[in-house]
Amino acid sequence: MTGRAHTHEREQDFSDVDCDALVAELARLVPKANLLHEQEDLMPYECDGLAAYRQVPLAVVLAENEAQIVAVLKTCNRLGVPVVARGAGTGLSGGALPHGHGVLLSMAKMKRILHLDPVARVAVVEPGVRNLAISEAAAPHGLYYAPDPSSQLACTIGGNIAENAGGVHCLKYGLTVHNVLRVRGVTIEGEVVEFGNHALDAPGYDLLALMIGSEGLLAVVTEVTVKLVPKPETARVIMASFGDITHAGDAVAALIAAGIIPAGLEMMDKPATAAVEPFVNAGYDLDAAAILLCESDGTPEEVEEEIGRMRAVLEKCGATGIRVSSDEAERLKFWAGRKAAFPAAGRISPDYYCMDGTIPRKKLGEILRGIADMEKEFGLRCINVFHAGDGNLHPLILYDANVPGEIERTEEFGAKILEMSVALGGTITGEHGVGYEKLRGMCVQFDSDELTAFHAVKAAFDAQGLLNPGKAVPSLHRCAEFGRMHVHHGELKFPDIERF
Amino acid sequence: MADLTEQFKERISVAGADRPLCIRGGGSKDFYGETPRGEILDTRGHAGITDYEPTELVITARCGTPLAEIEAALAAENQCLAFEPPHFAHGTNSATSFATVGGAVAAGLSGPRRAAVGALRDFVLGVTILSGVSRRLTFGGQVMKNVAGYDVSRLMAGSLGTLGLILEVSLKVLPRPVAEATLRFDLPQAKALEALNAWAGKPLPISGSCWHEDVLTLRLSGAEAAVAAAKQKLGGELLADASTFWNDLREQRHEFFAGTETLWRLSVPSVAPVLDLPGEQVIEWGGSQRWWRGDAAVAREAATKVGGHAVLFRGTDKSAGVFQPLPAPLLKIHQRLKAAFDPRGVFNPGRLYPNL
Repeated sequence: MTGRAHTHEREQDFSDVDCDALVAELARLVPKANLLHEQEDLMPYECDGLAAYRQVPLAVVLAENEAQIVAVLKTCNRLGVPVVARGAGTGLSGGALPHGHGVLLSMAKMKRILHLDPVARVAVVEPGVRNLAISEAAAPHGLYYAPDPSSQLACTIGGNIAENAGGVHCLKYGLTVHNVLRVRGVTIEGEVVEFGNHALDAPGYDLLALMIGSEGLLAVVTEVTVKLVPKPETARVIMASFGDITHAGDAVAALIAAGIIPAGLEMMDKPATAAVEPFVNAGYDLDAAAILLCESDGTPEEVEEEIGRMRAVLEKCGATGIRVSSDEAERLKFWAGRKAAFPAAGRISPDYYCMDGTIPRKKLGEILRGIADMEKEFGLRCINVFHAGDGNLHPLILYDANVPGEIERTEEFGAKILEMSVALGGTITGEHGVGYEKLRGMCVQFDSDELTAFHAVKAAFDAQGLLNPGKAVPSLHRCAEFGRMHVHHGELKFPDIERF
Repeated sequence: MADLTEQFKERISVAGADRPLCIRGGGSKDFYGETPRGEILDTRGHAGITDYEPTELVITARCGTPLAEIEAALAAENQCLAFEPPHFAHGTNSATSFATVGGAVAAGLSGPRRAAVGALRDFVLGVTILSGVSRRLTFGGQVMKNVAGYDVSRLMAGSLGTLGLILEVSLKVLPRPVAEATLRFDLPQAKALEALNAWAGKPLPISGSCWHEDVLTLRLSGAEAAVAAAKQKLGGELLADASTFWNDLREQRHEFFAGTETLWRLSVPSVAPVLDLPGEQVIEWGGSQRWWRGDAAVAREAATKVGGHAVLFRGTDKSAGVFQPLPAPLLKIHQRLKAAFDPRGVFNPGRLYPNL
C-alpha cells in the first residue's frame, strides 16, 4: 500500500486498510494497556469538542513516550494508515475527529512538565500537559504562560500548537505562535525534528511558525518549550454599557486610536448578557445593547493611569454606564460572565454551534446587522460574544438537533457568517482552526492555486498524506462539490460521517 | 504607486535555473546572506502604501515601498513598527541604497526592541507573493487572528526571497510608547547577564539592552508611571537624548561595528554564560544576541555549545557558510518547500543555503 501519493485533486481512499493486521503490528510496539481496539473502548474517542461529527477509529494508541510515537508512525507510514493526534479533545472544529480507517494517537499520558527554568523563563513540557498546568507550575516564580483559551483548564499544549490557540489576552500578549520557542516532533517517516530552539531564532526557514496552527497535518508534537512571562502586578477591568452596538464598536476603535492596547477587550451583545447573567450573577447591565469589558494590567501606577485614559475614551464614545472593578474578586466576577458564555448557551438551548470568524474591527456593526438578518432568514437565534480587540467574533447559533432540519439550517447559517467574514476582508477562523467543519469555508477564502500551495506544503512534510487526512485543507474536488452543493440546499455535507 | 505585477510575471516566465533572478529592493542588505547571483529583479517600482487605518493596527504596502516612508506614515499617527527593523541604508550611495519593506521582510531582521515585543515574523499578518511559476498567492490577511491554512506569511519572513517574490505585505503596528528613558550601569559581562535575566523575570518595561566594554545600557518604554517607577527601582545613571544611541545600535553605526574583520551574530539562550570568545563583544536582546568579530569555527562552536547558532553577518570570506548547516531531516523539508514554491529554481538561488 506504500507509494500512495497525496495529491491536491481529490480525497484519499483508505478503505483498504487491514484492521487486524494493523492491530497486530501495533501490539508489538506498545504495552497492551496502551492499545485500544474494542468498539466499547473506542467510543469515548469518536469526537472532539465539536460533537456534531463523530467517527470511530480502527484503534487508539495511548503513547507514553517519543520512542513509541516514532515506532507507531513508522509502522503507519509503511502500512499507509492515517494517523490523527489528539490532546484533550476540546477543539471546536473537529480537528481531532478520528479517521475511520486510521489510528488515533492520544497524548493524554504524556503530561509531564520536564523542566521549568524561572531564570531563563521557559518551561519544557510534554504535549499532553494542560495549558493552565503550565501557569500553575510557573506561579510560584511570578511567571505564567500567556495564551489563555477559554478551555485552558482542560486543553493541552500539543493541541494549542496544532490550533495556534489564542484567548482573551492575545491583543497584548499574542497567540501561541508568539509564545512558543521550540517544538520537537516526529514526522510520519519517524524522523525526529526540532523547530526553533532556546535562542530567539533558528537557522533556515521559520518552520516553527509553519508547525504552529498546522492542525496535526505536518508532524506529531512530542515536546514543547514555551516562553513564560512575568505576571502583571495588578489588573483591573472596566465594564462599560452602550445603548447601541455601533457605539460600542466605535469605542473599540477609539481606544486603539488613543494609543491604548488593553490587556483584554471583549464585547457581549444583549442576548449574550441575558443568557449568562442568571447563570453567574456577574452584575451585567441587562438594559444595554452591548457591554464592553476592557482590562488594564501592569504596575498599580500604570493601571491607574491607563484606567483613567480608558474611562475618558469610553465616556466620550457615549457609554451609558461605567463600572471599574474595585478588587480582584470583582474583576473575576466581571470576567466570569464572559467565560461562561458557551456553557450558558448550552443552558438556554439544547444545542449551540460556535463560529469563529475574524473581521477588521471597523466592520463589526455591519456583520452584526448581517447576522441579525440571518437569524430571520434561518429562523434560529444567535448570541454574540466577541474578542473585540482582535476582531474575532464568536456567534453562538442556538438550535435543537432533535428538530428535523435544524442542524442543516444551523450549518448553512454558520457557513454564511463565515462567507460574510471573508467578504468583509476577514477570515473563516481566528483561533479554532479549520479542522473538519470549515473545509467549505476554505474553498471560499482561498483559490485553487493557494489550496494547491497548501497541499504542497503538506507534501513537503508528509508525502503520502497520512497525518490527519481530510482536515484543514480541502481537496480541489471537494471544493468543486461544495460549489455544486451550494445550488442544491439541504443536501448533507458529508454523507460519509455520522451526524448527531 | 505603480503596480508592476504583470512585468514581474513576465520576468519570471523567461527566467530559469540557468538564468535565475536576484530579487533586489534598495540593495541595503546585499551584504546579508550568501553572495547574491542572477539577473537583478528590481522591486523599487512596485511601491506604495495600499492600506493603512490606524485603528485597525495594520499597514499594507507593496514590496518596493521604502521602509522610511512606512515609518513616517506611522509616526504621523503616533504608531510604529515595534520590532524596529534595521535599514542598513547608510553607505556610499544613500540616495539609491534605501531599505524597502519587501527586503526587510525577506531578511527578517529585527532591532533592539526584539526581546521585549517580538521579531519581525511576529508582526507579519499576511503576504501576497508570486510563486516561481508566476502564480499570485495570498496568505494570511489584515486581521490579528487567522488560522485558516498554514502560516505561509511568517514562512516568508527571513526566507531571503528564495520561496517567492513578495508583492505586498501586511504588518501589525503598535502605538508608540508614551514615555522612554535610558539608564546606564557599570557592570562586567557576567554581572550584566545575570541582571538582565533577573529583570526580564519581573514586570518591568524594558525595551532594549546593550552591553559593551563593561557598560550596560538599558532602555525603558511604556506608560509614564511605569517608566518612572522602573527608573526608581533600577537606579543607574540617566542617559539624556538616547534615541541616537539606539538608532546607531540598530543601524550598526556603533563604534564596535566599524571594523572590517568578519562580523558574527551569535543567537543564543539569554541565560548562556559569558562565551569563551577573545576580544570585544556587543550583547543585545537581554543576552540573546551577541556580536563578535573573528573566526568561523570559534563562533560556531561557541554558539552551538550553548544551544544557539551563529550567523556570518558581514564579511568578505563566506566559505564557512553564512548560516549554520541544517540537520538532514530539516534540510530535506527545506528542499521540498523550495521545490513547492519555486519548482524551477528561479528565485535567489543559493542566497540562504548553497543547495537551496
